[in-house]
Amino acid sequence: MKILVTVKQVPDTSGKVAVNPDGTLDRASMQTIINPDDMNAVEAALALKDELGCKVVAFTMGPPPAEGMLRELMAMGVDEGVLITAREFGGSDTYATSQIIAAGIDTYGVEDDDIILAGRQAIDGDTAQVGPQIAEKLHLPQVTYAGEIKKEGNTLTVKRMLEDGYMTVKVKTPCMITCIKELNQPRYLSVGGAFEAYSKPLVTMTYETLKDHPLIDKSTIGLQGSPTNILTSFTPPQKGAGMMLPGADKETTDQLAGILAAKHII
Amino acid sequence: MAFNSADIAAFKNVWVFCEQRQGVMMPTTFELISEGRKLANELGVELCGILLGDNVDGIAAELGEYGADKVYVYNSPLLKNYTTDAYTKVIVEAVEEIKPEVLLFGASNIGRDLAPRCAARLHTGLCADCTHLDIDMPNYKGFLKEASTLPEERIDKLGTVMINREPHPVDRDLKMTRPAFGGHLMASIICPRFRPAMATVRPGVMKRRLCKKDVEILHPEFNLTAADIQTEVTEVVKAAKKLVDLIGADFIVSVGRGISKDVEGGIKLAEELAEVLGGVVGSSRACVDAGWITADHQVGQTGKTVHPKVYVALGISGAIQHKAGMQDSECIIAVNKNETAPIFEVADYGIVGDLFKVVPELIESIKAAKAAK
Amino acid sequence: MDFHLTKEQQLVRKMYREFAENEVKPLAAEIDEEERFPTETVEKMAKLGMFGIYFPKQYGGAGGDVLSYAMCVEELAKVCGTTAVIVSAHTSLCCAPIFEDGTEEQKMSCLPDLLSGKKLGAFGLTEPNAGTDASGQQTTAVLEGDHYVLNGSKCFITNGNVADTFVVFAMTDKTKGNHGISAFIVEKDFPGFSQGKHEKKMGIRGSSTCDLIFEDCIVPKENLLGKEGQGFKIAMQTLDGGRIGIASQALGIGEGAVEEAIKYTKERVQFKKRLSQFQNTQFQLADMHTRMQAAQFLVYSAAMKKQNHEKYSMDAAMAKLFAAEAASDVTRRAVQLFGGYGYTREYPVERMMRDAKITEIYEGTSEVQRMVIASNLGVK
Repeated sequence: MKILVTVKQVPDTSGKVAVNPDGTLDRASMQTIINPDDMNAVEAALALKDELGCKVVAFTMGPPPAEGMLRELMAMGVDEGVLITAREFGGSDTYATSQIIAAGIDTYGVEDDDIILAGRQAIDGDTAQVGPQIAEKLHLPQVTYAGEIKKEGNTLTVKRMLEDGYMTVKVKTPCMITCIKELNQPRYLSVGGAFEAYSKPLVTMTYETLKDHPLIDKSTIGLQGSPTNILTSFTPPQKGAGMMLPGADKETTDQLAGILAAKHII
Repeated sequence: MAFNSADIAAFKNVWVFCEQRQGVMMPTTFELISEGRKLANELGVELCGILLGDNVDGIAAELGEYGADKVYVYNSPLLKNYTTDAYTKVIVEAVEEIKPEVLLFGASNIGRDLAPRCAARLHTGLCADCTHLDIDMPNYKGFLKEASTLPEERIDKLGTVMINREPHPVDRDLKMTRPAFGGHLMASIICPRFRPAMATVRPGVMKRRLCKKDVEILHPEFNLTAADIQTEVTEVVKAAKKLVDLIGADFIVSVGRGISKDVEGGIKLAEELAEVLGGVVGSSRACVDAGWITADHQVGQTGKTVHPKVYVALGISGAIQHKAGMQDSECIIAVNKNETAPIFEVADYGIVGDLFKVVPELIESIKAAKAAK
Repeated sequence: MDFHLTKEQQLVRKMYREFAENEVKPLAAEIDEEERFPTETVEKMAKLGMFGIYFPKQYGGAGGDVLSYAMCVEELAKVCGTTAVIVSAHTSLCCAPIFEDGTEEQKMSCLPDLLSGKKLGAFGLTEPNAGTDASGQQTTAVLEGDHYVLNGSKCFITNGNVADTFVVFAMTDKTKGNHGISAFIVEKDFPGFSQGKHEKKMGIRGSSTCDLIFEDCIVPKENLLGKEGQGFKIAMQTLDGGRIGIASQALGIGEGAVEEAIKYTKERVQFKKRLSQFQNTQFQLADMHTRMQAAQFLVYSAAMKKQNHEKYSMDAAMAKLFAAEAASDVTRRAVQLFGGYGYTREYPVERMMRDAKITEIYEGTSEVQRMVIASNLGVK
């Protein structure tokens, strides 16, 4: 049994976000972080590892510096990393990305008692599409929005969160589960883990590695193979400045209530 | 002939996936039907709902109130509770058979599970969590002029994109606009080479518009057996605690990190103010992360997008992610100790002061103003 | 000297920073106010290997290096001086002498629990009448068959009330002066050993400081650390290492104050300008940052020399002297930049100013550091 976790390195959108004059993101000037939901997936994998002693392998697709993220995950306890990287894979939308990662996972090998975990969505695109689409390409069942995962034998019982409650879903391995932040609190990497991280195995998969896989075809990967195109991207205008009320006492609040009443807002 | 998503000419009509839970239509469905009506008019085609469930004919007729021409209804005990496998199979086979050119889903936890799976099986594009949809180019350009900082001459020039080094006119493509990078950027996505163009649409964004049609209910044949479903739903539980209905609220009083010195007191003040206004309590992400308030209160990029009549921000600094979820509120009132807090940039009315002092007085002032009416 | 961090060091530093920000900072004001030892934080740090950073894995350590340890104390001290000294006293003053001077049996029996953080360590040298003049030890140890009997007391012992294992110094032969001092590993459950009451301090108020009392305390013979008479040498070596820890603590406190002052002066408006727009503020912050940066070079240099088994006694003394005085100066200036708010407990800089002062005093006062440096220069 092993657990495969898909992860993504993303720009940290919680800090200052720099935008180029042409409306694209100035990625060079931004910090990168491990996508937050993916950290919940990693934690879920490591918790299962603590319980069952299985191997945890992290998969990512990205430029070569994404190795740093895989090493960080190894410092947390992940046993092995797979970096899928090639110029041919650049410009992929979610469809093409899923196609490539599915090919990578399939090449690595999925056994009957394996679990694939993913974060619900990445904060750069917020699409939540890659997890389900990998599952589709691998013909595996999926359960998304996992708020709790329990394993008994080859059956996983997942509390799948809904906006107004939850449903309990049973699914057999191998399967794909996507994780949300309510699932757990990701651990910190440990000092000992950091000093072991760079001696753990890292597999690099390039276009050469994957090109003969049935899912990989020039018409299904990269910019060419992406069904969607960006027509235009832009920054929204800032709303005009409002009115600062003087003071902070009863007179001020009376003035505000008066305005709201006069405008029939209250 | 095998289904070919690239045979664009073979596809016609706008479809909306009509999400129901326990036999009750999700409110987002009506928003999507209204939006779908607009798109169908622009394309000069029919608007159809696709409704899956067990004995759900009764709720299909209601879709005519918002402009649906047809509803394809698929009834089966196997469709009573949502499962990815059953719903994907039925929808994909219906699309392959009837070939709609546009297919919309609500970006709910179910829509966002289902749509990507369908898109991957159909080999077509999907755009997630859209906040604006257009077909008509003049309308789209008008939208860009209002909602973007792009120069007018660039907007006017829009009309074609290069696809495989060939210019492709986008007049009849669905232009799906959505926020990205935490709301810092907006992008309009098209799916020029494949059909249907698929989108999930953020709940609460599109407006419901009544538009009465004589809706036709259809029951196409379909194949579905228990063996098609690899997961088992053992229970569906509505949250015992009433979840906060931020999306439907007219008044929202939200708290932020500014309540840190007395968390309970701060939340209590917000509740009192919300009660006087007849609204609900929201919060910034900081309060949720700190465990002060549950996640269903969260407004913002990772929380809910709201546009109430009045949004009161108490002790919220106004991080860009938070603003992304509330800046379209009709009236924003901000109370913050720090006069340079970015929340004041989007506020219609700002008070610089300690919320623990200002709010009790504001409650009294509003009570008095209401009484005087 | 190359100050570029290795990839491993960059990883641990990132973790320290996140840990300090999320787990330590939120408690800093509270444990100061309540004079409460942060047991919950200690448990979390133990899990992450922060109590055995630079010791080999065979003894239960994390297999890291001395600079990674210094950075840990530094990052913790940026947000909480108390939490930083818990790690520093445990590591430098208890684990280090056992690792460096202990027998294989002593290392195997003591280190796994200490390095995993299951047990905390402390160091007992200072006595009411033997402070800077450590050679004036009045605690005695007399060999009686298979054990020593210790009598006397120690004071100002960091981690005193919470530690399980102590490295303690006592006179085995009064006639020999310094050469009559020996070191012992004392466990808190040894008969005749007790801890005194919590000392109320100006700063680092969450850290445990107390007396140790030995009344016919029975210490097995095999708990003698090193040989009889080697105690003073062990103490001085240990303090050389300890100074890197305290220098790192001072460095962190000062850097933390600079960060707070930058943040505050960018927000605070007076005379319709942000404080950061006044040249006085800019010059103050430029000086403050420069001093802390210089301190960082000295601290890292000493840490790397210790790692490389070079002579580092003078480097550690210079690092501690400079970092401690810089921290006191910088925190005091930070309070001034904050004005009235800086003097209140609403903001952390007053705590930082109180915490900084101790770094000029413990593990060798600044005056002692000057003595060490001068003597290394051959100035007699």
